[in-house]
Order: sequence, then C-alpha cells, then structure tokens
Amino acid sequence: MTASTDRPPFDTVGFLRTWGTTLFLLLLIAVFAAWNPRFLSVRNAVNILTEVSIYGVIAVGMTFVILTAGVDLAVGSLLAFAAIAAAWIIQHLGGAVPEWLTGLGVASLIGLAAGFLHGKCVTWLKVPAFIVTLGGMTVWRGATLILNDGGPISGFDDGFRWWGTGNVLGVPVPVIIFAVVALLGHIVLRHTRYGRQVYAVGGNAEAARLSGVDVKAVIVSVYVIVGVLAGLSGFLLAARLGSAEAVAGVNYELRVIASVVIGGASLSGGSGSIRGTLIGALLIGVLSNGLVIMHVSSYFQQVVIGLIIVAAVAFDVYAKSHRGKA
Amino acid sequence: MALLAIQDVSKRFPGVLALDGARLSVEAGEVHALLGENGAGKSTLLKILAGAQACDAGTLTFQDKVLRPGDTPFQRQAAGIVTIYQEFNLQPFLTVAENMYLGREPLRFGLIDQKRMRADAQAILTDLGLDLDPDIEVSRLNVADQQMVEIARAMTIQARLIVMDEPTAALSPREVDILHRIIRELKGRGVSVIYVTHRLKEVKSICDAYTVLRDGRFVATGRVADIGIDGMIRLMVGRDVEFLKRPAHTLAGEVLLSVEGVSRRRGRHEARGTSLHDIGFEVRAGEIVGLAGLVGAGRTDLVRILFGADRMDTGAVRMDGRKLQLVSPCDGLREGIALVPEDRKQQGCFLDHSIRHNLSLPSLRRLSRWGIFVDEGAERRLVEDYRKRLNIRMAHDGVAISTLSGGNQQKVLLARCMALSPKILIVDEPTRGIDVGAKADVHQVLFDMAATGVGVIVVSSELPEVMAVSDRIVVFREGRVAGTVKGSAADEETLMGLMATGRAA
Repeated sequence: MTASTDRPPFDTVGFLRTWGTTLFLLLLIAVFAAWNPRFLSVRNAVNILTEVSIYGVIAVGMTFVILTAGVDLAVGSLLAFAAIAAAWIIQHLGGAVPEWLTGLGVASLIGLAAGFLHGKCVTWLKVPAFIVTLGGMTVWRGATLILNDGGPISGFDDGFRWWGTGNVLGVPVPVIIFAVVALLGHIVLRHTRYGRQVYAVGGNAEAARLSGVDVKAVIVSVYVIVGVLAGLSGFLLAARLGSAEAVAGVNYELRVIASVVIGGASLSGGSGSIRGTLIGALLIGVLSNGLVIMHVSSYFQQVVIGLIIVAAVAFDVYAKSHRGKA
Repeated sequence: MALLAIQDVSKRFPGVLALDGARLSVEAGEVHALLGENGAGKSTLLKILAGAQACDAGTLTFQDKVLRPGDTPFQRQAAGIVTIYQEFNLQPFLTVAENMYLGREPLRFGLIDQKRMRADAQAILTDLGLDLDPDIEVSRLNVADQQMVEIARAMTIQARLIVMDEPTAALSPREVDILHRIIRELKGRGVSVIYVTHRLKEVKSICDAYTVLRDGRFVATGRVADIGIDGMIRLMVGRDVEFLKRPAHTLAGEVLLSVEGVSRRRGRHEARGTSLHDIGFEVRAGEIVGLAGLVGAGRTDLVRILFGADRMDTGAVRMDGRKLQLVSPCDGLREGIALVPEDRKQQGCFLDHSIRHNLSLPSLRRLSRWGIFVDEGAERRLVEDYRKRLNIRMAHDGVAISTLSGGNQQKVLLARCMALSPKILIVDEPTRGIDVGAKADVHQVLFDMAATGVGVIVVSSELPEVMAVSDRIVVFREGRVAGTVKGSAADEETLMGLMATGRAA
C-alpha cells in the first residue's frame, strides 16, 4: 500500500470545511443574542426566516447552476420582470382565474422561458454563462422598466397577498415554500440520476460526456431551474410587499451567489450541497439582521458581507491545496 | 568536464517511481539522443532539468556549477538551458519578434524598442538561415515554422543547451531536413542539444551520443557511431518487465465490429488530432485487437470515432453487420461500445468525487428506480462486486478517487465500463503511468473480458504490452493502417519498422 491511502487521524481542514460555516453561524447568533436579547425573539426569528426565504428559493436553483461550473447573474432582474409581468397580466387580463394562480403561473413560466434562453445561449452560442447572464441582467431589468414605465403595480387581492404574508400554524408561507423547495432540491441532487449528472458535468465535463451524460441538456436544465425559482421568488416578493416593483431584487444575484459560495460550493463546479447553501443563506440573513440590531449602518453591512464571501472562497482554495499536498 | 551532468536523479509520484537513479551526461557541442519507451521516465527527467519539477534525490551539474533543485523554469533558462516542448510555449497573437524577446524586450526610455527588437530578431533569423518574417503573427505559421521560432528564441538567450522533446513528431520529411540543418548549425557554435525521439533513423543521422532509460533507470550510454538501430531497440525494450502472455484460448468468434474506410480530415483550427485515411479492420467476438503506432499516428482519433466521441467524414462502422449512427458517446454506449479514455485525469476521473460515484455514473439508469431515484444499495453492491473482482485497493467506496494510486484509478474506470456489459470494450493506453503489479491485473481483466465473448480493442504505445495482450495487431502510421500482424507472429523489430517507416524491418 502506498502512503497516500493511509488515513490521517483527524482531518481538521476537512472538518472545518464541512462544519466551519455552521459553527460561524451559531457563533454569530450567540453574539447577536448576547448584544440584544430581542434578536432571539420569535418575531425577529420569523422576520429573518421570511427574508431569507425570498432569496433562499433562488439560492437552491443557483446551487444547481454553480455545481455545473456556471453562474447566473440575471436572477435579480428576472425576478423583477417575472413579478411585474405577472402583475400586469392580472391587472389587464384578470378574470375567471384567481389572481394568485395567474401570478404564480405567469411568473414561473416567464422564469422558465428566460432560463431556457440563457441555457441555450450558453450551449448553442458557446458564450460564457457569466456574459450571457450579465447581458440578461440588463435586458430583464430594462424590460421591467419598459413594462410599466418604471412604476410599481399594486392592488392585489387577499388570496394573492396570503402567499407573502399569510401563515400556516404560525409558520409564514414563504418559509414553508422555501423549506419545500430546499428539500426537493436536496433530494434531486443527492438521490436522483439527474443530480449525479449535475455533479458530473461540473466535476469534469469531458469525462461526463464520455460517460454518456448529455452535457448540454444538463446545462440548459439548471438555468431553467434557477429561472423558474427566480420567477417564484418574484411572485413571493410581490405578494409580501403587496406590489411588484421595478427595483425589486436589485443585488439579489450577489446575495444568492454568496449564499451558495459561503455554503461551500466551488465556483469551478462539482462540489457543493443544498445543506451548505441553506447555511450560507441563513448566515447572510442573520448577519444583515444582526448588524441592524447592533445599529451598524447598512453601508458597513455590505463591507462585512463582501469580506465574508472572499474569506469563504479563500478557505475553500486553501482546503483544496492542503488536500493536494497530503 | 561535461557541459551537463545529471547524477542519480530519483522522482516518485503517488504509486509510481518515475525515476530511479537516472543519469545523463552531455558534452559541449554534442547532439545527445535520450531514448526509452513511453513511461521510461524521459519526460520526467526533462521536466526536472527544465525546472518544471523538483527531483527527490540526485544532483544536476551544468557548466561546472551545481543547479539548485528549487530553480524555476525562468532561472534555468537564464542559466542557458532552454526546453522546447511538443506543445510550444508561443503566444499565438504576438509576432515572431515579440515572441523571441518575450519578457526580455529591449527597452528605450522604459518602452519597448520595437525597431531594435525587430532588427535583432531579423539578424538572428538570418544567421540561422531561416526565411521568416519577424513581423508575422505566430498563429499564422505552420508547426515547423513555429518550432523554428522556438529555436530562434533560444538563441536570443544565448542558450548553451537546447532540449527538444519529440521535435519531429509533427514535421514532414522536408521540414525534418531543415530542422536537422539548424541543429548542425547550432552544434557548430558549440551549443548542445538533447534530442528526444522515437524515430531511431533520425538518431543515426543527427545524434552523436545516446543515453537509454528504461523504467526510470539508467540502462546504457555510448556513441551513436558504435551502435545500430537494432541495438538501440534492444536496449530500450530490455527484458526485465515481462508481460503476462495471453493464455491459450479458443479462437475468436463471429465478426462483431467492422470498421470500413473511416476517414477524417483534421480541422484547420484543431491543435491536436491526426487526419485519418481509409482505416479498416474487424474485431471478432472474444478477440483482443491491439492498435500500435507512434504518438500521433491516429489510434486515439480512431477509437474516439468508434465510440461516438468524435465525428468521421466518410466511412462506416458496423456492429453485427448493421451500420451504426455514432453522433455522441451516448450512441456508442447504447450500441454496447465502452471506452476507457487515454487521459485518466482529464477524460476519465471525476477526481473530487467518490469512487462509488465515479464507477456507477454510466450505469445509473439500470441502478435507479423508475430510472430516476438511485438505488444506493444496488450501487454499493455493484462497487463491492468490482472491488473484489478487480482487486481495487481502497479504504471504502466513499473516498475521493483522487486518493487512489494510478493503477487503482484505472481499475475503477475499467469497472465503470465492465458494469455496462459492453459488446466492444476499447481501452486507450490501459497501463500508462501505473506500476507493474497493477499492469498485470489490468491485463488479466482484458483477458477475462475477451473470454466472455467481448471484442476488446487495446491502444498502447508500449510495444511489449501490445504484443503480450493482442491476438492481432493493427499498426497505424500517420493516420493510415501500415499493416496487420498476428499477435503470435509479431516481433518488436517488425512492428517498430511498420510504425516508423511503414515497412516491416
């Protein structure tokens, strides 16, 4: 046997790589709770979870995209466009169908179509995903502004608002939806053939192709998934705020990508998990909320979140090179 | 005192001792051939010399000074050692002159002195007798001219020693003549050349001295004038690594796969690959067909076409007489053709993923409920089954495949293909870079597969391997079939002759 197959007694780097963010999250909660006990109040916890759920839904889809070594910068703009297009249709063509059903359906379908378009540009035109979705980010934001001249559309009925403000047994509806989406995402990635193919494409696209994986179809599918979830998120946000705003979802792409990356996914693809993304999304939510409670300015919050993203990736790179040497 | 003296250099990679006390001594103004089969350790030795890798033990002395083991390639260049790899280190969108002086541009007021750089470059090109325009973009030159730019660049650094790794692999006979003329020119100025090649006729015509490596060890050195091509082959091949001969077996069955007139023209913008011309042969059930040839002879290009990974221009591939539509690897797999690719790390393994996930990926449809949910119990049993059958050494099936030795990685990839129960199993370089024990295991797997009626195609650059495992050997040369030899009748001289010249020696 060669030395390389001997197992080390305890792999500190590996342990921290798996549990580091979770420990950091618990530490943050402890610090904020010590600073101000109101942080741990049920009301505040529910508030944080609801906030997290809106972008967390997209982060689940983004996990799929980043696993294939891609990225989607257009989700924030797409969210706004899907929401305002749905609102516009409710306003102008509403009738027999309940508002919430039209809203949910239209927003998801728009997300699906846009995601398909992004995926096809990446695979057909061979334009890097970064560029395709950078363009998409501007296009969808522009389309949002065109649709209602930059103004918001509001005045939804209670059935529609329930999806953002209602609750079931005290649990807010967006949180339930996020939980369901995350659970589905986890099952698909961990326990299905398709999930294995997503990991394979990001791990080594050529090896995946030679193993009979339809690499292009998988790539298109992950942009469709994140698109649909961006549409769903737009619907939830509109329901929560009671209006579809043209500036909704600005900078969401950063929050979402940060959640996935802090959760341990590698931007070069092939590694990451929904569990990690969940922790990453919670971490950002707790941090934003906790810094507000500590009366830290919102400007400074951005600095902190940015630093944490870089630190998380730096650790990932370090852990990789460390393992390479072992 | 020799210009370069390499003494007792050793280098270990995980699972393989690539160099084991290798030696090489080069005199000033000498063209020195470094010979050895694939896997003999030549490339590793060159990388250590160039500063691209550090050796574990041994010393390198150049111009009476001991080279520091931690030198970077840049420091080695500054010392006067320039290495020209098979894949050139040129910037395609810079001009000839810019490439020659890259990183060392003559300056004037802190800016690049374009005029002087062009004039200097032109002087060196003229001096070498090269008819190259210093202002032309390198991407517009053919391979031979790009090589000349590399040599001209070496002259701008006052190189004392130029290492050329397979310099003629991609050259036409006329271009080889030009290269040899330049090498004689260099020699006349006291520059030494280390010349790595498989083409032994070139060694006779251009080299003064030779050193032979085998399995990472020094075998022999001497004057080229004192040895014939046969002698060199004998030294390279040696006899201490005997391969397991294929045991006696019943004759092959019906024709399973037939390759008919397959041709493919290499695209103008493809950096790699060989044009194929009218390739034809058959594979019978239970037969092992070896594809022999020099690097770049087109064997890998052909097997990728058979698998559906690349497209052919004309020709046909038939299975049981039925013409196959091969557009993607999915088609190959559906028709029962499995491929273990040439480059284990780049094309085979998902290095960060577990052994289990690596092994089961193409078989998942069979291992899933309703084709959707992976049945992990069945998956584990499959892996365990192959771990026993192939003697794969691993802690458990959840560890990353990157932690395995090369031989065990290769067994996982073989198992991946075997789990598909293929009709045709193609293995490209089955034992490249793996140790002797694992080689025997891998060969045994190939024999077992053939015994169950699978048609096996083996591509190998190691002649003893091809001869040991094959029932029939198809020899490729420059994208054509140069000849077919029965495995039992094959000897190394005949094969080497077909590979190198197209005629049996």
